[in-house]
Amino acid sequence: MSDLAWIDGALTSARPQAIGALLRYFRDLDTAEEAFQDACLRALKSWPQNGPPRDPAAWLILVGRNAGLDGVRRRSKQADLPPEDLISDLDDVEAPLAERLDGSHYRDDILRLLFICCHPELPATQQIALALRIVSGLSVKQIARAFLVGEAAMEQRITRAKARVAKAETPFETPGPADRSERLAAVAAMVYLIFNEGYSAGDGSARAQLCDEAIRLARLLLRLFQTEPEIMGLTALLLLQHARTPARFDADGAIVLLEDQDRELWNRRMIAEGLALIDKAMRHARPGAYQVQAAIAALHARAETPADTDWVQIDRLYATLERLQPSPVVTLNRSVAVSKVAGAAAALAMIEPLAGRLSGYFHFFGAKGAYLLQLGRNEEARVAFDEAIALAHTPAEADYIRTRLDRLIQDSAAAAAG
Amino acid sequence: MLYTLLCYNSEDVVFSWSQEEDDAVMGRLSVIHERLHKEGKLGPSLRLLPTTAATTLRKDEPPLVVDGPFAETKEQLLGFYVIEVADLEEALGIARELAAANPGGAYEIRPVRLFLPGEKVG
Repeated sequence: MSDLAWIDGALTSARPQAIGALLRYFRDLDTAEEAFQDACLRALKSWPQNGPPRDPAAWLILVGRNAGLDGVRRRSKQADLPPEDLISDLDDVEAPLAERLDGSHYRDDILRLLFICCHPELPATQQIALALRIVSGLSVKQIARAFLVGEAAMEQRITRAKARVAKAETPFETPGPADRSERLAAVAAMVYLIFNEGYSAGDGSARAQLCDEAIRLARLLLRLFQTEPEIMGLTALLLLQHARTPARFDADGAIVLLEDQDRELWNRRMIAEGLALIDKAMRHARPGAYQVQAAIAALHARAETPADTDWVQIDRLYATLERLQPSPVVTLNRSVAVSKVAGAAAALAMIEPLAGRLSGYFHFFGAKGAYLLQLGRNEEARVAFDEAIALAHTPAEADYIRTRLDRLIQDSAAAAAG
Repeated sequence: MLYTLLCYNSEDVVFSWSQEEDDAVMGRLSVIHERLHKEGKLGPSLRLLPTTAATTLRKDEPPLVVDGPFAETKEQLLGFYVIEVADLEEALGIARELAAANPGGAYEIRPVRLFLPGEKVG
């Protein structure tokens, strides 16, 4: 790893902490961001010469604060602050700040920063865009590419989100325990949204990289809240899902179902970490939706072959999830386990009442078609698959259903011939 | 003489590496690992999972299990075990047994991500 790569990594990982602290100081997103950019530029000049500081985040906050104040003082024609070359040698200046960063301020700064980005008045897409810009430091161009929109449109979206946040009453004081857990839940949901944006893209595109960023943010949350089982569950869930990415699509970009995936391609490192985390979370005996989903993903990860999958346990976990977080999509997912345990007829009976609420959902018709097919009701299956194709979000989804349709037509042709 | 090399770096930075960067580092290391192994100089080598995956058993009476790494600077790392178990509960069971035999301090239970076995042992 070259020095420059190390510096780049250090700047990226210090970003949420530094921007969070600068935001507390300046109480304005744009000023905090500018001060951080300024500090980064100075770091790129100073660190290769003087060596990296003991605590990069503390250095960046101190220099960023000086840079911000510098601007204010220049405008009022006062003396400049000492250059940052001196600061990096002054361990004494950094030390007390670094100590304080380890404490509660540090956690609250980052939580506040993330919370501001997932402001409830912002639509989900703006929340994600703002977080990727402010917390992750992705460029507007990168975010625009990830969301398949023009750069100017994304710039506008982010500016609008910032303006809305600036107008809203942002509480800068330290949140109480109840407030904090509410904020943490909102922030966790936003990280999950970022991951899903990337996961649904699936391929190696700019959008798929959002999965890595979501995992980085989840790790950050976990470091700040090491004893929160739901944050362990969230991180485990993202790792276990992402571990399957290399096997989810074949060479032509077509979807490979879980049971057909080459398990050799799954990322064992991510699985090991995900299993360790969900294992730890379960010890707390405080189940939550992320933990249950991670536990389901863990059962898939633990099965050496599809036949080893513990569907009975998965069905039970889905029942728990239905209680914790009732939703037609959860019931639809549960029906897959039911089809394995009790057969396609039971699964079909389970999803039929959902038809009204899931009438615009690709996966509903995909599953319905599959169960009908298993029951030999081919004509009805064909209708369901047609509906699914009409609702597909990606070419890969549509292709997957088309393949099943082709097979259906071939089979019925063969049956007619025979 | 046997020596232990303990690897330190910023966890935040290391876990910000992309898969390619991580693979590149591991690729460069494995060249050295292989050479040392051939020369018979490499013993068991481990790469630990992040500290967030760690659980600590404080050797109090009764032992106290807490999340996160053991970060008490007054006490030093005096040795370590490598165990193969089904889950955290089993690992904690073993740690509890050891704690009863060896009071004071703590055991940090941290999963391992890479294990290079070697022949050299003390």
